[in-house]
Amino acid sequence: MPGITREEVAHLARLARLELKDEELEHFAGQLDDIIGAVARVSEVADQDVPPTSHPLPLTNVMRADEVRPSLTPEQALNGAPAQEQQRFKVPQILGED
Amino acid sequence: MTVTELVSYEDALASYDPVMGLEVHVELGTKTKMFCGCSTELGAEPNSQTCPTCLGMPGSLPVVNAVGVESAIKIGLALHCEIAEWCRFARKNYFYPDMPKNFQTSQYDEPIAFNGYLDVQLEDGEVFRVEIERAHMEEDTGKSTHVGGATGRIHGASHSLLDYNRAGIPLIEIVTKPIVGAGERAPEVAKAYVAELRELIRALGVSEARMEMGQMRCDVNLSLRPNGTEKFGTRSETKNVNSLRSVERAARYEIQRHAAVLSSGGTIVQETRHFHEDDGSTTSGRVKEEAEDYRYFPEPDLVPVAPSREWVEELRATLPELPRVRRNRLREDWGVSEHDMQSILNAGAVDLIVATIEAGAEAAAARKWWMGELARSANESGKALDELAITPAQVARVTALVKEGSLNDKLARLCLEGVLAGEGDPDTVVEKRGLKVVSDEGALGAAVDEAIAGNAAIADKIRGGKVAAVGALVGAVMKTTRGQADAARVKELILQKLGVEG
Repeated sequence: MPGITREEVAHLARLARLELKDEELEHFAGQLDDIIGAVARVSEVADQDVPPTSHPLPLTNVMRADEVRPSLTPEQALNGAPAQEQQRFKVPQILGED
Repeated sequence: MTVTELVSYEDALASYDPVMGLEVHVELGTKTKMFCGCSTELGAEPNSQTCPTCLGMPGSLPVVNAVGVESAIKIGLALHCEIAEWCRFARKNYFYPDMPKNFQTSQYDEPIAFNGYLDVQLEDGEVFRVEIERAHMEEDTGKSTHVGGATGRIHGASHSLLDYNRAGIPLIEIVTKPIVGAGERAPEVAKAYVAELRELIRALGVSEARMEMGQMRCDVNLSLRPNGTEKFGTRSETKNVNSLRSVERAARYEIQRHAAVLSSGGTIVQETRHFHEDDGSTTSGRVKEEAEDYRYFPEPDLVPVAPSREWVEELRATLPELPRVRRNRLREDWGVSEHDMQSILNAGAVDLIVATIEAGAEAAAARKWWMGELARSANESGKALDELAITPAQVARVTALVKEGSLNDKLARLCLEGVLAGEGDPDTVVEKRGLKVVSDEGALGAAVDEAIAGNAAIADKIRGGKVAAVGALVGAVMKTTRGQADAARVKELILQKLGVEG
């Protein structure tokens, strides 16, 4: 039973904005299939009595008081930005002409 | 782009039954963001309210805002929802520069509140129950400015600029179940629902919910099914409809557009649509991504929220009277019609009138000034009533001055005008502008004598029994006293002097 198809890998690559060549799609589909297969084995051992885990610590309700803490300065915030303009992060064109 | 020829609203409803779903986002009025301590204060310099967490820097860790969770529970309870005993946050993954993390922290299949309802009252008093699917916690996105396009729109822009001050501000998304059975009143129900929800949010004190400032935004999902059938049609999702009037218009437009497409044999595409304030139309946005494209998964950096039943009950005990119940109570106290109460609500005057009455005014007087002179002034200056430079206590003082006879209505208007213009409180304005009613009987008597002498023919008519003519003499006296006399007293004096019974 294949865990993931080539088409699904292409779809995920598009969602992740990764440009993959045909041979890469083949390659990753094979690798991801192995990984998914390995993870699927966990489901085989986990029975109804084992709840799914999203967090390793048995903690709930960790909350913060609604108190303002100092922010970065705009200079610090923008320090690593590849481009900036008018104290804002400058990003390339989002949509082309439709 | 093809322009759809709309069918008339009546024709659309003759063949089809509308089904709506409303998604409302409310920005909470917390001091800090949902997952970090950055300030949420409006109007700050671009990118001055960000930190490693809300910028999505590696190694930063979010911690949820306790007031954000509390507000979500309050909203859930006020909407008669069940509150989850245990729920998690989830990552909604998407690539778009409005979120520096490349995902929005939201909730997916474990919302904090679910299965509720909100009763909304239509203008004629009919109550319609809107079922609530869920209310969940999430965060707002940054603000984009699109540069280089003709109209500041994203299409045709050469690049975009991002300010992340808003990224991470707490949002509660409230989703209705499909609203069926509203028929031709669907657009009205949509508007009434959003209006009622806004009142509720304000009453809870969790947000000011000012739609014009984006603190409350509505998406209108709408589909049509042929009358008499059960299966829902394909829906469109009109995004960011940001005024009550627009909610109604958008629903109405989509009903007409869907009907036009369907009755000409076409099919509705599931897509998002943009609403245009200028002509009330919608245009095609993007084709809706499938839910699984967001690849939701539980947020590993935040621990589950498990509100204890004690906490939930504590919060339930703090809930205020529901706005609709309160309005009906006030309406009876004030002795006004459903229609008048609706106008008061629409004008945003309910709380102002209540506060004015609490400051000592009579209900009728408080209502009269807020809905009359002050509403007119607000309208002229393009402000909301509560933005006027006058407090309920000051309005109450003016009504007291009228009641004790120190001001008549005309002088009261001048007094309000003075307060609004920043000349001081009512007593100061009365003093500075010299607005006191002339109650000095001597001065008034002289003015009356003068009016009688100057209008001998009218005076004769009155003596001869035409009492109605007295108005002209009262007018003359008011003129010489520059409006500062008590008209009723003037009339009395004139009739007395002419020896006529009033």
